[in-house]
Amino acid sequence: MGKSATFERGIHPRYNKELASHKPIARARIPQRVVIPLSQHIGAPAKCEVKIGDEVKKGQIIGSPSGFVSSPVHASISGKVIAIADFPTSAGRLVNSVVIESDGQDEAIAFKESPDYLNLGADEIKSLIKDAGIVGMGGAAFPTNVKLSPPKEKPIDSVILNGAECEPYLTADHRLMNEHPGEVVEGLKIIMKSLGVNKGYIGIEENKPDAIQAIKAAVSGEANIEVCSLEIKYPQGAEKMLIKAIKGREVPSKGLPMDVGVVVQNIGTALAVYEAVRYGKPLIERVVTVTGNGIKEPNNLMVRIGTLMSDVIEQCGGLVEGAVKVISGGPMMGFAQWSLDVPVTKGTSGILVLTADEYAPSDEYFACIRCGRCVDVCPMGLNPSMLSILAEKGFYEEAKDYNLFDCFECGSCAFVCPAKRPMVQFMRLAKSQVKP
Amino acid sequence: MATEAKTQQLVVSVSPHVRDEESIAKIMWTVNFALLPALIMSVYYFGPRAVYVTALCIVTAVLSERLFQKGLKRKVTTNDGSAFLTGLLLGMNLPPSVPFYIPVVGSAVSILIAKMLFGGLGYNIFNPALVGRAFLLITWPKLMTIWSEPTAQFVALDAKTTATPLGILKEEGIVKLLEIFGDKMSLYSHLLMGNRAGSIGETSALALLIGGALLLYKRYITWHIPFSFLGTVALLAWVFGGKGALFTGDPVIHLLSGGLMLGAFFMATDYVTCPTIRKGQIVFGIGCGAITMLIRLKGGFPEGVMFAILLMNCFAPLIDRNMKPALFGAVKAAKK
Repeated sequence: MGKSATFERGIHPRYNKELASHKPIARARIPQRVVIPLSQHIGAPAKCEVKIGDEVKKGQIIGSPSGFVSSPVHASISGKVIAIADFPTSAGRLVNSVVIESDGQDEAIAFKESPDYLNLGADEIKSLIKDAGIVGMGGAAFPTNVKLSPPKEKPIDSVILNGAECEPYLTADHRLMNEHPGEVVEGLKIIMKSLGVNKGYIGIEENKPDAIQAIKAAVSGEANIEVCSLEIKYPQGAEKMLIKAIKGREVPSKGLPMDVGVVVQNIGTALAVYEAVRYGKPLIERVVTVTGNGIKEPNNLMVRIGTLMSDVIEQCGGLVEGAVKVISGGPMMGFAQWSLDVPVTKGTSGILVLTADEYAPSDEYFACIRCGRCVDVCPMGLNPSMLSILAEKGFYEEAKDYNLFDCFECGSCAFVCPAKRPMVQFMRLAKSQVKP
Repeated sequence: MATEAKTQQLVVSVSPHVRDEESIAKIMWTVNFALLPALIMSVYYFGPRAVYVTALCIVTAVLSERLFQKGLKRKVTTNDGSAFLTGLLLGMNLPPSVPFYIPVVGSAVSILIAKMLFGGLGYNIFNPALVGRAFLLITWPKLMTIWSEPTAQFVALDAKTTATPLGILKEEGIVKLLEIFGDKMSLYSHLLMGNRAGSIGETSALALLIGGALLLYKRYITWHIPFSFLGTVALLAWVFGGKGALFTGDPVIHLLSGGLMLGAFFMATDYVTCPTIRKGQIVFGIGCGAITMLIRLKGGFPEGVMFAILLMNCFAPLIDRNMKPALFGAVKAAKK
């Protein structure tokens, strides 16, 4: 590959990945107690399959899927169910959750191994993925088996693994590609098999040369998998931008990647798929980047699902004096937390702690001066300036004429706004007031 | 719980949680700074009076905005440099010889009527500095068109006066203009350096280009408006600017004289009053250039930059409404 691929517009924030990018993935300690939300995915919440007092083993199903777009949930430690109630999650909602107190044994159920995994049929693969409770691990948490089951009228010709990791600070996918390139590539092959596709791509931003090298070595024997280096630009890892960069195809407005014959999966998801299909291992842990200048010892930790953020933060030395903001996810699209007693879920890619001088206060903003900087960076080709003005004044219907629902809230407009306007908030407000 | 105390201080707000370092104040003060070279050239040619007039404009602009905001119990935002910029721009649009009440009245009109009554920064339809100047030109047409000889280093009210190069061009033709300045090259260099009659800030095209280049480099403005504006003026001057035959005009004289450089780089590019969409800005620039040349060649005034920009300001919202940026995925959606 000569010139690195990319999309039009976008921004160049400071990446600050060096805080954690050199830290090998370490196992977090097994928590005393986990809080496992029954809904960690897009779609119907899982149906609770345990009751208070039950003894559970690691990997045992505690919630079963309650619909086509749904996902099972598994115990991530062995122990006793001590509570089933609504608990806050990192997205700010209350979700029915199962609380398990550890018995210290970390005893697992028997997993069904498939050494011959590359010869499994597509349906077998999909049901293994579904049973393992795998959802998109980049943050959106859409059930993976559903994404791998496109309707017949949408033929898929390519699978793209998203190794862009364009969110500043986050390094979980970077470390996975460095340390488990073989497994990631096997995961991709399984995904391709399940879709009957023979063209695979792994897109990686150029700021991870070691990951590009490791993945390239891992695919050296694979003729139909291509490694693409991508320009360092946010939001390069957004599905639509990634497909544009690698395949040159534009997902139609209000459409999905499958409309242009592409399925995109996250690096962490590919690894989870491999482990699920090869070893029968359900999704009970994930890599979380714990980083930011507000954390004493930034690290990449393999964390059990349901571990409280406060527990994870403590294992990284705790917060420094002057830490003011704790974010679940990255700084561009992550959620600010009001409490640290929320669990790590399947979609938690990072815990980011910012200090007073890193974070952008948003309590004061000004009228739009129509400088057009947001228009110049919007990856979707919108006029965020106008959208924010319309939302501010309550003209929600009119905002639809400016393609309000094409906004996926990447925050690029807010990042460059010299009037420091809460652009994403305006978009969400308008979207909440009208039908698409 | 060690985290308990910390939890109390956590900030919760909507994403994104990081932003770049640009701010309205940073942009406005940079634009003010970019006007400095032109101001220095004016002081060199017109003496300290250029500074007095400009300073009066600035002080009046900042004070008017402050008093207005204090009076209405609004947040005082004069530190953002935008009122300062309006004052500075108005000052640079005035003849150096005006009596001192002119900058005060003009600046107050600019800020209070053209800016604050519309809702303040971001809401005004017309460029405030140009509204102030238009008001002054209509109210005191004589005082606003007395042009001092640039050679007088210390201009007094009774300093020797002359016509601007554009005025001479309009009234007496290019032959007379060349007679005064020697030859074409000498005329061009006088225009570039600012050694000619005119408003305080519009005299040295070179100094204005340096400031404009700084804004382009900082990406506070883009090429769209200045280049389409200047390009249209050059083209029309070449086609229609000659005496008698088409395609015999001198575009360079038109480019370098009058308020064109100041207008194209610093006034037409005013964020609030120009279109937001880049391709719309090209339409806006072409419109500014066409109206400027219409007035210069056919109108009653020797110069038309001010009216051209003010007229195109009216069209900015219309242009923005009709020239949306290209939506990602729009083409294929239409095919379905």
